Amino acid sequence: MELFVFVCAALMVLVGAVGVIVRANPVHAAMSLVLTLFGIAVLFVQQAAHFLAAVQVIVYAGAIVVLFLFVIMLLGVDRAENLSVEPIGGQRLLAGIIGIGMCGLLTAAVVTARSAVGFSGTGLAQMSLESPDANIKELATTIFSDHVFAFEITSVLLLVAVVGTVILARRLPKEDAK
Amino acid sequence: MSLIAAVQPTSTWFLVLSAVLFSLGTVGVLVRRNPLVMFMCIELMLNAVNLSFVTFSRAHGDIGGQASVFFVLVVAAAEVTVGLGIIVSIMRRRTAATADDLSGLKG
Repeated sequence: MELFVFVCAALMVLVGAVGVIVRANPVHAAMSLVLTLFGIAVLFVQQAAHFLAAVQVIVYAGAIVVLFLFVIMLLGVDRAENLSVEPIGGQRLLAGIIGIGMCGLLTAAVVTARSAVGFSGTGLAQMSLESPDANIKELATTIFSDHVFAFEITSVLLLVAVVGTVILARRLPKEDAK
Repeated sequence: MSLIAAVQPTSTWFLVLSAVLFSLGTVGVLVRRNPLVMFMCIELMLNAVNLSFVTFSRAHGDIGGQASVFFVLVVAAAEVTVGLGIIVSIMRRRTAATADDLSGLKG
């Protein structure tokens, strides 16, 4: 059963990722991205990261992809681009070689070190009927004790990002007058 | 059939999937010329890294990996916000939608 779930989720992830790369229409690419993100969320659930799976669906599929679609519609680039032209000669061939090489190297590294990443330690608390939120409490305790400074810094980061984007995307009054 | 049912996906499987996803994202960034789609490919790479974080978190029984994913999510949200703001402000000045046309700094 676990194998079945893994294979289905992996297929979702890979089909979505290939879709992002080969789809000519940016809207279709964004929809393929949603497929990948849902597949990743399934894999998160399978690995006892339930809170992160929920956040993945809400933040990524809910907010980030909608932001992408907003920008696509705002800029009016929702028509298919011509993918048959290759402006830089040999670009795709080189990119394919780099991609296959990187994939091979990473896979070789993971497979070589597979004894080191085997199960060790006490293991995370699994979700059960008696303790439906065991893992989530553990995560909250870590974030608000060990990583509380980083947590506060991210709030500053988000504030800076919001202010910066407003300033970047705003039309200056002078420009309108011209 | 029972032989197939007995196979459990180990951490290595998840890590290999994560490696494949990261490579696909890299190829996408190198191949596509629409800045929006390049951003989506960067999201693919971030998700691959998140997947390996969660895998290591389970393999080592350490919740710190999941905490890292939490922060990666926040930083990814901030990155997309700023990046799309930059794209909007560039696209407002010119209509072309490919990264190759943005060669204003080329000598």
